[in-house]
Amino acid sequence: MVRVLEMYKFDARLSGIGTDKEGFYRFISILSPLLVLIMWEVSVRVGILDHRFFPAPTTVMGVLFGMVKTGELFGHLAISLQRITLGFLLGAIPGIILGLLMGWSKGIRAFMDPLVSALYPIPKVSLLPLILIIFGIGETSKVVVIAIACFFMVLITTAHGVMRIDPILIQAGQNYGARGWNLFSKVILPASLPSIFTGLRLALGICLLIIVAAEFVAANKGIGYLIWISWSTLTVGKMYAGLVVIAALGLIFTSGLERLGKALMPWAEDVQDRTR
Amino acid sequence: MSLKIELSGVEKIYKTAQGKVDALSDINLCVEEGEFLCIIGPSGCGKSTLLRILAGLYQQSNGEVVIHTNGISSRPANAVVFQEYAIFPWRTVSDNVNFGLEMRGMARKERADRTEEYLNKVGLIQFANHYPYQLSGGMKQRVALARALATDPEILLMDEPFGALDAQTRIVLQEELVRIWEEEQKTVVYVTHSIEEAIMLGDRIVLMTARPGKIKSTYEVNLPRPRKIELRTTPEYNYLAQVLWEDLVEEVNKVMMNGAGVGNV
Repeated sequence: MVRVLEMYKFDARLSGIGTDKEGFYRFISILSPLLVLIMWEVSVRVGILDHRFFPAPTTVMGVLFGMVKTGELFGHLAISLQRITLGFLLGAIPGIILGLLMGWSKGIRAFMDPLVSALYPIPKVSLLPLILIIFGIGETSKVVVIAIACFFMVLITTAHGVMRIDPILIQAGQNYGARGWNLFSKVILPASLPSIFTGLRLALGICLLIIVAAEFVAANKGIGYLIWISWSTLTVGKMYAGLVVIAALGLIFTSGLERLGKALMPWAEDVQDRTR
Repeated sequence: MSLKIELSGVEKIYKTAQGKVDALSDINLCVEEGEFLCIIGPSGCGKSTLLRILAGLYQQSNGEVVIHTNGISSRPANAVVFQEYAIFPWRTVSDNVNFGLEMRGMARKERADRTEEYLNKVGLIQFANHYPYQLSGGMKQRVALARALATDPEILLMDEPFGALDAQTRIVLQEELVRIWEEEQKTVVYVTHSIEEAIMLGDRIVLMTARPGKIKSTYEVNLPRPRKIELRTTPEYNYLAQVLWEDLVEEVNKVMMNGAGVGNV
């Protein structure tokens, strides 16, 4: 009797701790960024940090809302988003198609591999001057450099994804009569979908990196331009506002793609972990 | 009884970077229609390769493989139940069972009926809309079995289908398989590394040598069906198990001596 009671008590304690801990961990993971912001704010207010270079978070938010009101921010945001969207689609779609072909066909792989291996390691930002020579300073050059970077990232992850498909799934498909297009669309494509999503997620991250770099040097509008020009003219508040926007974009892209992945692949319980 | 499968002088040679590997050598084997044949052998003996040759997934290097089909075009000659989990993770249970029918171009309504029938047969009808990741290992192999049976193949090829399952689940599934086999009267070729499983299931057991795989000996299993778990305590069962073990252990030792711990090819 006593032992049963003890066990009961023990169980209750265990589960109690379990749920408390969950909440506790969630609390401390909100706590750390909050603490940094508070320390930052206080340091500026008491004069430890120079407010000319490190404006307080509340000041930055004030600047940001001001820019939203005047519509200044929207102009920069719209043009950057347009460049990212066009570049991403122009790079990712051919990347997926060629990646699937490269993964599936040994011949195409043998043909493409030397080119891809030679071009992939080049940091794509370094191609920007060359692309400016070819396409001029207009919109095209920004879109092209993003597209190139996305293309290689998606191409390589997709091709690897196809090559890593468990052969037993392909054999099962063949044994049950899937050939040609059926084998591709009913087995190979769904089996490589998680890898394709990993590639897309990485590519979106690269998009942000490249758009900022490209707009630093070769634009007169856009979030990257906003950050750069604010630094040049020492309107530091706006520079921070630009940084906040870029960070928010990264967050939105990642979670949006995660949602899309969940909707397209309800069968992959661990897809979120795999693409994270 | 008519012959269903005839193999004569079948060989399989793999070309690898290290040179040629003889996987199968001089396989001569006949399987009768409606027979339940078990193939047993040490790991790496080429029994899975042999099964894939029967399935038409691999091409033999030499020799002749003759499959006598009934010539009914709506029925496939064979369907494979693979070892491990070869069901498609992106399809629900019922869509997995549906797969072979879909590939054969069967009408939607008929497909749905057939799928339901076989989901009932393997006891998974309540799980029709689940995805494989939500199932236990035993349930996954039930799906694989239903997927194979739904196409109504003339020959059912099974590659250690229950090898990864726990002992209780394996026994339950073995009994289910035999029950379904008796209902459907199919020719079954069943690859296993378990003596116990071969005796419980087979009409006949073919024992293979270590690589290169040859047929070493053949045993008729004249134990009455249905073979329940109690059978394992009878002298007949134990005698057969003993003889098989002595025959098999020589080959297992050969594999160990050669250090050829090669996986299932």
